[in-house]
Formats: sequence, C-alpha cells, structure tokens
Amino acid sequence: MSEELKALEVAVEVDARGTACPGPLLDAKRAIGDCPVGGVMCVMSSDEGTIIDIQRWSKKMKHEYVGDYEDDGYWRVYMKKNG
Amino acid sequence: MSEDTMSQEETIKSLMARVEALEENAPNDSLCLGVMDGDYDKTMAAFIIALGAAAYDMEVDMFFTFWGLSALRDPKKKPKKDFLGKMFGAMLPKQASKLPLSKMQMMGMGPPMIQAVMKMHKAKSLDELMKDAGEFGIRIHVCTMAMDVMGMKKEEMIDYPHIDYVGVGAFVGMFQEAKQCWFM
Repeated sequence: MSEELKALEVAVEVDARGTACPGPLLDAKRAIGDCPVGGVMCVMSSDEGTIIDIQRWSKKMKHEYVGDYEDDGYWRVYMKKNG
Repeated sequence: MSEDTMSQEETIKSLMARVEALEENAPNDSLCLGVMDGDYDKTMAAFIIALGAAAYDMEVDMFFTFWGLSALRDPKKKPKKDFLGKMFGAMLPKQASKLPLSKMQMMGMGPPMIQAVMKMHKAKSLDELMKDAGEFGIRIHVCTMAMDVMGMKKEEMIDYPHIDYVGVGAFVGMFQEAKQCWFM
C-alpha cells in the first residue's frame, strides 16, 4: 500500500506535524482550497487520530480517501479532491 | 377514507404544503454551543469541537454566559466600573490563559503545569484555538444579562472578529435552527 501511495503525484502537501488535534484537520481544511479538483492532497501528522479524522472528513465533504502509511514517527494521509 | 376520494391534484397540493412546512422547520447544518463553565479545560473542549465542526463547513454559534465570560476578557482593557463590578473584575480570571482547571487545580499549580505539558505535546493553547475560531468564522455571542450581573463591559472584551451581545431569546433562536446544541 505505501509503495502505491509513495508513487502518487501529490498536488498539495500539508505539514501538520507541529500541532495536535484539531490542528491537522484545520490545516487540511485551510489547504484544500489550494488543491486542484482531482488532485491528491497529503496531510503529514504526528497525531495518529488524523487518519480517521481525514477519512470521515473526506467522506462528508465528498472527497475520496486514498490511504495512509506510517513514516518515520508520523503518518502520511492521502486524499483526492472531488469537485 | 378521504385520501381515496381526493383527486390527484389535491393530493399533490397537500403534499407540497407539507414539504414546504418541513423545509421551513428543517435544521441548518449548524452547531450551537452554550459555554457557561469558565474552566480552562472545558472552554478548550468547546473550542476544539467548534473548530472541528467548522472544518466540516458547519456554522457554529457559541453562547457565553456567567463564568464562561472570563475567557473573553482582555486584561489590557480597563473600562470604568462601579464598586461591585470592580470586585467581580478583581475576583474573576482576567483572561483565557488564566482560567482555572476543573480538575487538578492544586491551589493554582495545576494550570501552568497542564499548559506546559500541552505545549510539550504540541496541543494548541486556548488563546491559539480562539484565534483559529476567529479565522474559521465561528460566532461568539455574549450574554448581556451575565455581563450586567458581573459588572462586565463590552469595552473589556477581546478583539474578536465575530462577537455580539445577546439575550436568551437569541440563543433559543439559534438552537431551534441548529442541528445540535450542547451546553457545556
């Protein structure tokens, strides 16, 4: 899974490793406007809760959750922007 | 039965009227929070939930009353007050970062300890959360009755972009239209 994710072309990368909840979700919300439709956004977070947060948030906002994997002490969470 | 005899046209008409009535009373995609407590931790929880809802594009209205008001004071602003107002002003926390904890207050040692631990874990402080709240358009409504009772003035409130001063009528109006209302 992580190999496929690493191979993805990322349109917007959000480094939210400096904050705990609700920081990463807010950073994602701030950045989604800069992401082109159909583009992939990657949220980097040191808070594991961000994975489920982004999953649910993507679903509700009609975006597409792509996947996640653990990197060196943090998580990379991928989603695709729809509409 | 009357439905059986009703013409199709009449049925549609009555259904339309019912749909319109339902639409008029349907809740907005909004969250309404009552913040009364005045404890650092509980006020923080209120702002975190408010911000989470804002990330979901929900509109958020926060109604602050009684002890909750201390979080909205700006210590740099010192308007003129009567004797009772001064007494309240002196006894209540002067700003958000000075609010007590609901647990582990430990005669004043708790809050700086918790705030240091939070910083270590990169959690946002209440001040930072309030700044985010302003950015995300979260509305703060201040209870004027509580302000009167505690002798608080508009002139001592924080510079917040979406603040107004209301009574319970406004709060009821808000939660009637909201999907959710929590009183913390």
